[in-house]
Amino acid sequence: MDEKKITNVCLLAGKIMLQSGAETYRVEDTMIRIALAFGVKKAQSHATPTGILFSMGETEPTNFVRIVERSTDLHKVTQVNSVSRNISNGLVTLDDASQQLQNIESQVHAYPINLQIIAACLASGCFTIMFQGQWIDFFPAFIAGGIGYSAMVFLHQIVEIRFFAEFLASFLIGLVAFLFIYTGIGAELDKIIIGSVMPLVPGLLITNAVRDLMAGHLVSGLSKGAEAFLTAFAIGAGVAVIFLII
Amino acid sequence: MIIIQQLITSFFAASGFAVIFNAPKKALLQCGTVGMLGWFVYTICRMQAIDPVVATVAGSILVAILSQIFAKLFKTPIIIYNVSGIIPLVPGGMAYDAMRQFVVNDYNMAVQLAAKAFLISGAIALGLVFSEIINQVIRKIKWKNVQEKCEL
Repeated sequence: MDEKKITNVCLLAGKIMLQSGAETYRVEDTMIRIALAFGVKKAQSHATPTGILFSMGETEPTNFVRIVERSTDLHKVTQVNSVSRNISNGLVTLDDASQQLQNIESQVHAYPINLQIIAACLASGCFTIMFQGQWIDFFPAFIAGGIGYSAMVFLHQIVEIRFFAEFLASFLIGLVAFLFIYTGIGAELDKIIIGSVMPLVPGLLITNAVRDLMAGHLVSGLSKGAEAFLTAFAIGAGVAVIFLII
Repeated sequence: MIIIQQLITSFFAASGFAVIFNAPKKALLQCGTVGMLGWFVYTICRMQAIDPVVATVAGSILVAILSQIFAKLFKTPIIIYNVSGIIPLVPGGMAYDAMRQFVVNDYNMAVQLAAKAFLISGAIALGLVFSEIINQVIRKIKWKNVQEKCEL
């Protein structure tokens, strides 16, 4: 019975971390540490972006958790990290840990959605300047980036397929940017679009993929790379539709 | 003047992404700072006409070192700082540009850009891993010193 609980806690911790965008090796490491703290010496864990395998020992039955949705949520990673540290130091019991992890899992984003959109706006505008754009393009990128990010968030709630939401969001970005140029408010279409797609672009995924590959997590690295490629393709295609229409 | 402008924008870009990534409120300023300094190194290197891949390695090494320092100081996992810190360096714009060229059938340009984006993301990963390795080596050497002293 106790073993089942330990397995549950390990899998839950791993699941939250993986869904929040932690690196694969960190997920595996955390699960093994938790198991070790509860006296399981030879626990085995194997994490990939789409699922986690965990067993209490080499010959024990293997347990499995499926991961469907992934995003980046640093707050959850931090909290799971501190729970696992407390477990390692023997500060919390098994039941407490399980309760705490369940609380963490049910948490929502710490910042209200408006604030996130404003942050995306600001980041878009700033990226336009960082890519050697002119200040005149700051405002168009600010608006286009905000519209793109909110469209992405909104559409993703309606449409289950991420690819489609990204495609439509970047299509909108291209449209808005084009309208700004057309009305003479913006100067360079390319700079505006590049700045505004930055909140959607999978830059972090690409980097994480290469890092996983270097760390020897070949399966995770390749699948993250594939995910990044698909996202970049969706965004590129969405904007390209605008270029085709013009 | 250009540098100040780059510093300010990269600070806001990095902390903006920290908000999107739901970083703890206390860490937002540090995230922005890490991103700003990484981008600062990159910009300076680019001004000296250094290759973008090398400049990215330099920037990401600094990002990794700073994140390690902040992680120690504020007792938080390192991932918070280095995820938001590398955001300005990440070749997202380039990946998008490559894809756009693919979609409009300019394959020569597209392959070039895609290869560059891949190399730059490799460079970021290299920088992050490199400073982690240095950190581990330092820790091991220190540990060895301690052990030797204890044995004496």
